[in-house]
Amino acid sequence: MSDPLFEYLCRMGDNTLVLGHRVSEWCGVAPVLEEDIALANTALDLIGQTQLWLGLAGEVEGKGRDADKLAYHRDVWDFRNVLLVEQPNGDFGRTMMRQFLFDGWHLAYLKALTASSNDRIAAIAEKSVKEVTYHFERSTDTVIGLGDGTEESHRRMQDALDRLWPYVGEMFLSDDVDAAMIAQGIAPDPTALRGAYDTQLDGILAEATLTKPADNFTHKGGKTGVRHTEHLGHILTQMQWLQRAYPDATW
Amino acid sequence: MSTSNEWPLWEIFIRGQHGLSHRHVGSLHAPDAEMAIKNARDVYTRRNEGVSIWAVEAHHIAASSPEEKGSLYEPSNDKVYRHPTFFDIPDEVGAM
Repeated sequence: MSDPLFEYLCRMGDNTLVLGHRVSEWCGVAPVLEEDIALANTALDLIGQTQLWLGLAGEVEGKGRDADKLAYHRDVWDFRNVLLVEQPNGDFGRTMMRQFLFDGWHLAYLKALTASSNDRIAAIAEKSVKEVTYHFERSTDTVIGLGDGTEESHRRMQDALDRLWPYVGEMFLSDDVDAAMIAQGIAPDPTALRGAYDTQLDGILAEATLTKPADNFTHKGGKTGVRHTEHLGHILTQMQWLQRAYPDATW
Repeated sequence: MSTSNEWPLWEIFIRGQHGLSHRHVGSLHAPDAEMAIKNARDVYTRRNEGVSIWAVEAHHIAASSPEEKGSLYEPSNDKVYRHPTFFDIPDEVGAM
């Protein structure tokens, strides 16, 4: 394993990079103009956070790689994002359900991270919390609105929840990298955040008239990089094509 | 993009800085007031434009009709004495 801090920062940056790219896929094709702009704003927030996380990762690594190099010159097996964020957009409801499930974790995690013993990390968390607070408000409202909406919107949201639920658990798994971060007071233990997440989730799902799947089976392998889903490779071919075709091109 | 059962139209007013009044900046569609504010935040304050948002459902705005402009506005045309242009303003007062 490489330096745990580098590994850790890649996890944070790859989550926001891959989700930011996924959300940006809606640009120009969202169901209504207002949602199109809102989704683009969310994507831009996430890409902005990526620059900070991967920028710091590059510094920590000390091999001259910056955020762009890390984003565009790595292959699937180097990525450390959780599997949830690489899942395809599906319909608008599934995109918002994915956002909601991620935002709830992201916000709680970032809030805890503002107390990091590493000042740079605490500062990135502080900036991100403001953006993600809004992401979570918006995705929560949408999940409630569509869940408790028409018969069709309810069915689509329940389908989305059933489909994405097996990817929720991975966000709360703790491994050697987390243990190293916890030991140095750099980051919180993700497992400790699960209880509050579930309580909050249950309340919102009740309001949305949605039913949480009973089975808590969890797919894993994204944050360790051991086993990404087939979708990540497809994202990278699109996201990285320019740098692959014209290495180090700039404008 | 638009359908017959689309969300209601909202008129959006933004206050640029403390002390200035809200100004109409445009309109958007949203299912309810809360989402209208959120959409306004996303559509109209992306470049730091505002510190306060008002959203008003468009049908709640009573507007004057253009055909009435004769009776509404022309009577004031010949009443120049309503403009305070006949006063000498002392320099100490500054810009008014």
